[in-house]
Amino acid sequence: MSRYTSATDADRREMLDAIGVETIEDLFADIPAGVRLDRPLDIAAGLSEQDVYARMRRLASRNVSTEDEISFLGAGMYDHYVPALVDNLLSRSEFLTPYTPYQPEISQGSLQVMFEYQTAISEVTGLPVSNASVYEGPSAVAAAGYLARLHNKRGRFLVSRGLHPHALETLRTNAHGFGATVEELPLSDGVTDPDALAAAMGDDVAAVFLAQPNFLGAVEDLEALAPLARSTGALLIVAADPLTLGVLKPPGDFDVDICVGEGQTLGNRLDFGGPSFGFFAVQEHLVRKLPGRLVGETTDVDGRRGFVLTLQTREQHIRREKATSNICTAQALNALAGVIYLSWLGRHGITELAELMLQRTAYARAELAALEGVELLHEQPVVREFAVTLDASVDRVIERCAAEGVNPGYALGRDFDEHPDGLLVAITEQRSRADIDRLVSVLGAAVTAERTGVMA
Amino acid sequence: MSKTMNDNRLHGDPGIADTAGQDGRGLSLEMPKQRDRAVTIFEKSKAGRRAFVAPELDVDAQPLDDLIPARMRRTEPPRLPEISEPEINRHYKRLSTRNFDLDEGFYPLGSCTMKHNPKLHERIAALPGNARLHPAQAPERAQGALELMYELQVALGEVAGLPHVSLQPSAGSHGELAGVLLTRAYHEDRGDHRTKVLTPDTAHGTNPATVTMAGYEVVKVGTDPDGGVDLEDLRAKADDQVACLMLTNPSTLGLFDRNIEEIASIVHGVGATLYYDGANLNAVMGISRPGDMGFDIVHYNLHKTFTQPHGGGGPGAGPIAVSDRIEPYLPRPQVVQGDDGSFVLDYDRPKSIGRLRGFQGNYGVFVRSYAYILSLGGDGLREASETAVLNANYLLARLREAGVAEYLPVAYDRLCMHEFVLSGAPMKRELGLKTLDLAKRLLDFGFHPPTVYFPLLVDEALLVEPTETETKETLDAFADTIAEILREGEQDPEIARNAPYTTPVRRLDEAGAAKRPVLRQPL
Amino acid sequence: MADASYPDDLRYHAEHDWARVDGEVATLGITWYAQDSLGEVVFFDPPAVGTTIAKDEPYAEVESVKAVSDVVAPVSGEIVEVNPALGDAPETINDDPYGDGWMVKVRLSDVSELDTLLDAAAYREILD
Repeated sequence: MSRYTSATDADRREMLDAIGVETIEDLFADIPAGVRLDRPLDIAAGLSEQDVYARMRRLASRNVSTEDEISFLGAGMYDHYVPALVDNLLSRSEFLTPYTPYQPEISQGSLQVMFEYQTAISEVTGLPVSNASVYEGPSAVAAAGYLARLHNKRGRFLVSRGLHPHALETLRTNAHGFGATVEELPLSDGVTDPDALAAAMGDDVAAVFLAQPNFLGAVEDLEALAPLARSTGALLIVAADPLTLGVLKPPGDFDVDICVGEGQTLGNRLDFGGPSFGFFAVQEHLVRKLPGRLVGETTDVDGRRGFVLTLQTREQHIRREKATSNICTAQALNALAGVIYLSWLGRHGITELAELMLQRTAYARAELAALEGVELLHEQPVVREFAVTLDASVDRVIERCAAEGVNPGYALGRDFDEHPDGLLVAITEQRSRADIDRLVSVLGAAVTAERTGVMA
Repeated sequence: MSKTMNDNRLHGDPGIADTAGQDGRGLSLEMPKQRDRAVTIFEKSKAGRRAFVAPELDVDAQPLDDLIPARMRRTEPPRLPEISEPEINRHYKRLSTRNFDLDEGFYPLGSCTMKHNPKLHERIAALPGNARLHPAQAPERAQGALELMYELQVALGEVAGLPHVSLQPSAGSHGELAGVLLTRAYHEDRGDHRTKVLTPDTAHGTNPATVTMAGYEVVKVGTDPDGGVDLEDLRAKADDQVACLMLTNPSTLGLFDRNIEEIASIVHGVGATLYYDGANLNAVMGISRPGDMGFDIVHYNLHKTFTQPHGGGGPGAGPIAVSDRIEPYLPRPQVVQGDDGSFVLDYDRPKSIGRLRGFQGNYGVFVRSYAYILSLGGDGLREASETAVLNANYLLARLREAGVAEYLPVAYDRLCMHEFVLSGAPMKRELGLKTLDLAKRLLDFGFHPPTVYFPLLVDEALLVEPTETETKETLDAFADTIAEILREGEQDPEIARNAPYTTPVRRLDEAGAAKRPVLRQPL
Repeated sequence: MADASYPDDLRYHAEHDWARVDGEVATLGITWYAQDSLGEVVFFDPPAVGTTIAKDEPYAEVESVKAVSDVVAPVSGEIVEVNPALGDAPETINDDPYGDGWMVKVRLSDVSELDTLLDAAAYREILD
């Protein structure tokens, strides 16, 4: 008997008799001989649960997780604490195992969660409407590009070089398909150059993409950039880091048209990059072009409050080739983690957490900048992450630090040819002053060793 | 299986719920059904309450103005709930009881493959080496994860009969987009600029939506009386402007297309690619492989065939497998094994379509699906498909019995694969009951209804997919219930027309919700 | 929703639209059959005043909860007025498809097109 099935030999006989065939093989009579697999699959025989666990545990043990080292890695996903409450609630079968809520009468739990999630994202971003989630951050940026294309039919995207490089590449991949071009806007001292933006604007620009804070950790001056970006009928799309919005002015305050972003930091684990969720919030005038599920409040025949999937005529199962997106399965469970986490932080907690990061990051930045051979890559305001340049090979410094149990951050040279010596350092609330002091000492020693040619 | 939902799983706590009106018209419910009034977490907020306690500020605090200019700072905190941990816990626990889920009962939602989600997988996914592994960790310190991804690629490639796999797409429709963009890259690289993609009229809506997003025009292909692709129509429409045919096989009608070899030959004959929508792969694992059928590109739904829990609407994952001629265009990065046996991320792919998302994909989903493949093995996967097809045909046989078949005939009178389509048209005509009414009445009997009103081709369609993990007893109970609802409908169709009665809410005003959208809690 | 009716004073298009002609201006809407097939209308997406529409081509969309339908122009011309009441109360299209549920008014660009439209009897024949 295959694992997880329960047909006995007797069941099988009875069922085949009821169907009116002799063998299971007969059920596949429609499959032409020429396309049948005439051998067993070349996949090893099944294992017992114990053996699968042991095998998987061995694999996991070969990964160095953020429990195994002091990690300052960020670059789009961050090692924030996930409250036990989130794990516990997400493990409930009632949330874990249903499909998309197509039958609202028996899906009020999931639907109300989505409604609350939409409310929370609307509050954090300052935009009036949020959908119920998209896949993750970079593909949310691409989805925003598609919305802009549908909205104003224009073909040029202007993209800040401060956007996450994965988002930029994802946008390029998508835009090539639907026929838009992507032009980069350079950074100047770590932030988007307003003069370059002004010069590039025109009435053929479909959308301008900015990140807040940007990939180098710098807080963009949206007050200055937004009016420029919106001056010619283009949509302004901001990819925001939601926890930093505990202290930063929300994108909605600058009349941005679309705010998207990576939701991992909101109660989702790192999981080597996914699953997490992407959030997608818009101004009212774009609601009928939103991608993905949207939940609305209504009443039942007895007048009881309830929630349903709504404005579904936007979606692929109804509008098909004219749909606003092809998305179907999104990230409902991860969005649930998001709204539980935001409730757990609460109205004041999100600000307290952001301010804690702000203070510790400022401390770490100053301490690192004081080291010989370490300089700030830019001096813009930052919240959780900042960039430095090393007077040494970044890759070798990272290796030296790793040997000491410290992961000092992300090598910017992976994505930025102009910053081969750049290191991006992230300070979540899980990194204490002691951890930061350890980073300063280990990184300082590593840079010194590299500069003086001392053997590791 | 209980005939009425008379336990408390779907209802509020009777101690604090208000009591619903009893309008169950002739129903003999064993107890009055009680329902909560929905209250959102925002409405439970009270100034001064909190759950979060910030870690100690262990560095010297600097004035905020010195760190970020005031004009860049938020002046009002977002109006998130002010609420204590016990109340958050209770709120979401109670919301959970207002869901029906796969662990609760039969969930024959066609095209969604709602098979059992093994609990082992959650334990493995939560290991810190998986759950707390940073996606930018250096490959040499993430060898376990990369090996897992590599081995999953190999196993998936074997199932599809196509050697090159990218795990990156986040869901089925994302895999479709990858596939059509790969097709575009393939043609463009040969200097061939095509404009159209063919999709059958039975296709999932994601197919035509994807085609538009990838910049092609959709051309619909008809279905023949037997439920397969209409070959004449295909021949007429397949020309040198066609980039691709997207096909689901078995189709959304639950039928294996007997002409698949001819279809592949027509499509390849005009230089187009053949794309396999893997939504129905659960019917043919180890039995027939898309690569051997002539497909160039396949997407898998790991949240269907490979049992990632669906989470109420995600997460999923939609890896793709491709033939040799499509391989150069696969997304970046690819997980590859180096000469020394170690695993690396290969970014050096000059013809790649690029990224479709951040980092390496939904790794947490890969962990579960790989554990599933390890547990079943090659033979077990085949047996899963065989049992899925057995279960579907058995349930179909039961629904062909007198008392059911005259109201709900099977749309195509053949053996089915892992799912089948019934038409509720005679039921509507004879009893005045729509497919929707039957679906809603099923809720009162503790079943999740089948997929309704899809495929569009079949009037009043019900698409039924039992999966391999259900017992004969469950299938019998479902068939008996359908028969009972129809008998009840013969006596008094009003009962089904007003169903459900026992659920946390009853039929909802969807038109009202769409006309005057309330999309967030007003605060 | 009232019973099926197809007034004799209207001209019909086979795509289930009607036109009421008054000199050079025609009022357009969808037939009882069209609104009944669609179900409760929840949204009407009208064209802008001043745009031109072409006979047999879609000029607007009408939506129910689970369906979207193109509204096809029975005649060509320029939109001179859009029914403002449908924004807040699109269900008027169901309640009174030939009266308050009218959609747009069009200044005809080719009066001879009217000759190609059906009378009520001919339209009913299509439905049968």
